[in-house]
Amino acid sequence: MTKFALKGLLGRKLRTALTALAIVLGVAMISGTYVLTDSIDSAFDTIFTEVRRGSSAVVSGKAAFDLSEGSGTSAPAFDARVLETVREVDGVALAEGSVDSESTTLIGRDGKAVVNGGAPNLGFAIANGESAFNPLALEQGRWPGPDEVVIDTGTAEDEGFEIGETIGVQAEGAVERLKVVGFVRLDASISIGGATLAGFDLPTAQRLFEKEGRLDEIAVAASAGTTDAELIRNLEAALPEGTQVQTGQAQAADDAAGTNEFITFLQSFLLAFAGIALFVGSFVIANSLSITIAQRAREFATVRTLGGSRRQILVSIVVEALAVGVAASLIGLFLGLGLAKALFWLFDAVGFTLPNSGLLFETRTIVVSLLVGIVVTLLASLRPAIRATRVPPIAAVREGATLPESRFARFRTAGSLALTALGFAALGYGLFGDGLGTTQLLIWLGLGALLIFVGVALFAARLVRPLAAALGAPAARIGGAAGTLARDNARRNPQRTASTAAALMIGLALVTLVATLAAGITSTFRGAVDDVFTSDYAITAQNNFSPIPIEAAEAAAGAPGVEAIASTRTGEARVFDTTEFVTAVEPDSGEVITLEWKEGSQAVFRELGDDGAFVDDDYAESHDLSIGSPVTVIVPSGKRLRLTVQGIFDPPTGGSPFGRVTFSSETFDREYQSPRNLYTFIQTRGDITDANTEALEGALADFPNAKSQTRDEFVDNQIAALNQVLNILYVLLALSVIVSLFGIVNTLVLTVFERTRELGMLRAIGMTRRQVRRMIRHESVITALIGGVLGIILGVVLGALLIARVDFIEFSLPTTQLVVFAILTVVVGILAAIFPARRAAKLDPLKALQYE
Amino acid sequence: MENGSTGAVVQADDVTRRYGEGDTAVEALRGVSLEIARGQLTAVMGPSGSGKSTLMHILAGLDKPTSGSVSIAGTEITRLKDSDLTKLRRTHIGFVFQFFNLLPMLTAEENIVLPLGIAGTKVEPGFFKDLIGKVGLGDRLTHRPAELSGGQQQRVAIARALVSQPTVMFADEPTGNLDSQTSSEILALMRDSVDAYGQTTVMVTHDAQAAAIADRILFLGDGLIVRDLPRSSQADVLVAMNELTAA
Ligand SMILES: Nc1ncnc2c1ncn2[C@@H]1O[C@H](COP(=O)(O)OP(=O)(O)O)[C@@H](O)[C@H]1O
Ligand SMILES: [Mg+2]
Repeated sequence: MTKFALKGLLGRKLRTALTALAIVLGVAMISGTYVLTDSIDSAFDTIFTEVRRGSSAVVSGKAAFDLSEGSGTSAPAFDARVLETVREVDGVALAEGSVDSESTTLIGRDGKAVVNGGAPNLGFAIANGESAFNPLALEQGRWPGPDEVVIDTGTAEDEGFEIGETIGVQAEGAVERLKVVGFVRLDASISIGGATLAGFDLPTAQRLFEKEGRLDEIAVAASAGTTDAELIRNLEAALPEGTQVQTGQAQAADDAAGTNEFITFLQSFLLAFAGIALFVGSFVIANSLSITIAQRAREFATVRTLGGSRRQILVSIVVEALAVGVAASLIGLFLGLGLAKALFWLFDAVGFTLPNSGLLFETRTIVVSLLVGIVVTLLASLRPAIRATRVPPIAAVREGATLPESRFARFRTAGSLALTALGFAALGYGLFGDGLGTTQLLIWLGLGALLIFVGVALFAARLVRPLAAALGAPAARIGGAAGTLARDNARRNPQRTASTAAALMIGLALVTLVATLAAGITSTFRGAVDDVFTSDYAITAQNNFSPIPIEAAEAAAGAPGVEAIASTRTGEARVFDTTEFVTAVEPDSGEVITLEWKEGSQAVFRELGDDGAFVDDDYAESHDLSIGSPVTVIVPSGKRLRLTVQGIFDPPTGGSPFGRVTFSSETFDREYQSPRNLYTFIQTRGDITDANTEALEGALADFPNAKSQTRDEFVDNQIAALNQVLNILYVLLALSVIVSLFGIVNTLVLTVFERTRELGMLRAIGMTRRQVRRMIRHESVITALIGGVLGIILGVVLGALLIARVDFIEFSLPTTQLVVFAILTVVVGILAAIFPARRAAKLDPLKALQYE
Repeated sequence: MENGSTGAVVQADDVTRRYGEGDTAVEALRGVSLEIARGQLTAVMGPSGSGKSTLMHILAGLDKPTSGSVSIAGTEITRLKDSDLTKLRRTHIGFVFQFFNLLPMLTAEENIVLPLGIAGTKVEPGFFKDLIGKVGLGDRLTHRPAELSGGQQQRVAIARALVSQPTVMFADEPTGNLDSQTSSEILALMRDSVDAYGQTTVMVTHDAQAAAIADRILFLGDGLIVRDLPRSSQADVLVAMNELTAA
């Protein structure tokens, strides 16, 4: 019997391959995700361990509370004299101090900063090139002395720098030109992604990073016979307040915490899309199997007359599915390697280069990919397999034997509606239920969406007739007889058309959902920026979001035509026992930023002084704040700022442009290490003119990583970041659409096969090959459009629901995108039809008629 | 076997079969009783629509009668569970179809031994060799159905029905889809299997040439057995048929 099952697959190679594709892609995505994230993870781990390789212990500055990674706020540097203390501690063989920075930009030959997406621009102090603490390996040249720099070989090559030349380096101040004396790489010889490296001697680094007389870290090597634990104990006893010590390994783990979090997020994020693709794939598989099984009803009946039991039929189909699942999962597993490469490339292309130390193929990747692929295939095959067992033996002798309707067929409509309702209920609970954590919320949303998709897919069979009539009308008009036949064919087996369309529906619903959310965010954000930022110009980093040195704004202030200029800075602080973002504003802010004040007025900006603060009304309400209320803000150094509320504003719909608490830049600069600007806004004489634009650009010449832009450009640039995220989402969802496209191809191929006789007859009575092709194409487009229309409607509805939940986004219909999606749907239909239509047209009319 | 070596292997008692309900109901069988003797080839003849196929399906347990009872090898089958009926088919029933019903992905030989694979039993090598020789497929055994002529396909189907040495073999118009030359060959093969193996066979046909090879010919008219002839010549069969259609 097993042989019978497997032979069946070989006898239907094409159909089997098409069915398997749906699983191959989903599994490839799973395996690709794991390979990608494991590879990045291992690359980062190697980097971080390598950096701490020679350190028994690491002394670092201690913040008063845990800072979140990548917030831009770092633990305060400590007094350089601590190094002397450390060197005298028992068991210390060697100790060296260093400073570092993640925003030390190198300036390329074109005068532009070498910045690759969000990758860090690392700057180090190299106290002693030969020391075991130095994580860098010299590839060429020598280690740096005063006012000299070593840079990574990658940047040197990309930008064409030679040893002995000077290169622009910008850390906290204006660009300085330093002499390049060597090329370096990380000792571990790992690609560092888009990151750049710059190494200086300690005094130069301290000057560049504005940490004169201070250190970020001291690396310590234990003397022979001293254990790490002893060393730590001795150091702890000797170290002053504001510093901490841990083993090199612990420090490496700490260093890696941020990236690990990011990698875990990336992994879940990508796996979610793999899951979606597999979900769509399961529809495709179930549908293809249903069709093949219907076509083989007579075969199963014959086996029954030969004494085959229901169980044997079931087993034979499940064995088939198992074989398909195993083969597809294996192919997908290895395709995942290629996909991981492609993803590296994709991230690179959107300016998000990731470090890479070669692709990593873990056992877990193999196990999970195969297991998920096989289980999904088996589950998808179950329903068709059970239906096949219900084929009665007498079907062997009846013409046009059909599968018996399922016992539950009559509950189908009610059941599908109930499922849909249940889905909306789950979704609603997720959205509006009280006290749900993020994970719970996501689970409820996912479950709701899943139920809705299944429910609508089941119900869709009822919608096929009217939809096909409506959507097929143009086909019937332009396609003549072929078009009319196409429309009727699409309606012939509503169940089949519906399941085929449902796969596409899911992909399109999600794409539409994303577009709807994006449209809401964009339009609301645009409105908010319009309301709040009333300046002519803005200055941001080239990448629109990295903080830039304050000197950039100071340089711009000197440009002719500048009437008012004010910057905002952000950092982390503890307020009311929670770590929050806080904002600092400059006195002139009132000229460039307009808030709607509930209490206080625009004058508040100027009057903040040493201890003033303002908050938004939500925050004021939840902490019972009013004018005059005290707010204690604990900064990373541990110092408590006792501020007084001077104003309360009503944030625009797009959300507050500020952190929870806003105070003066004067206070901020005093308490935060290396303060930087996030945005600078400028009011100019005569508003936006070419002269003003040029003047600002000229003033920023020494700050290549800063760019001035008009207000409109600023808004567009801020939204561009969102668009980049959107593009990634679209690319990932495209996978599901491709899977559903294969689903349509599959259905059409099976249908053509099934209608061989009929096609022969049509050809015999004078239908041309062109007409046959057109008929198949129209049927494909109609099927795709049914999925498209349902998906777009569902996507808009889901999007509207999500937006209803989020206060700071307003619904806005993404009309252009929806039109694009509709066109895309037609294109999917046309693409899907190419191959089946060609097969149908190739049929020899005579052969087709003889076909049994 | 329960009924002894000369007893009836298939027995039908007042079998009726109605299709549909109300005004459109069709009485395909209206009270058929019969006994099929072991080792005989019984032909069921009659004009189109007389209920031949319906009768055969019911005798073979493929369909249930509206009333009446049927037993095969002493087992009453009209009320058997699906699983028991399946077991019964494995040991007692063989089928030959008008449209051959071979599995397209299996070779001729694989098709022939399929019933054994399904039942999980083995063939006696001596019998199998003899059977293959008898159906005369020669080097075509490794071919797939699509590469075989209609006659060859029906030979494969007959071998498949015989391979498990069933108590009774049913054939519904086994030559209905073949030209007359090939039909004769297939009929000769059926006759041969009855003579060589004592294979009890029930064959439905509307062809006098086919009926002439039978040991006994039952004539069906409008859902009733109207005539029961012993072995007859083709001419006698034609005469009998004409009498029936005239009546
Ligand atoms: N599945 C069915 N549904 C309804 N009527 C049927 C069915 N099968 C056969 N009949 C009717 O029963 C009668 C006997 O049919 P059948 O047994 O096929 O006759 P025969 O094989 O002698 O040509 C005919 O009138 C036929 O139309
Ligand atoms: Mg018949």
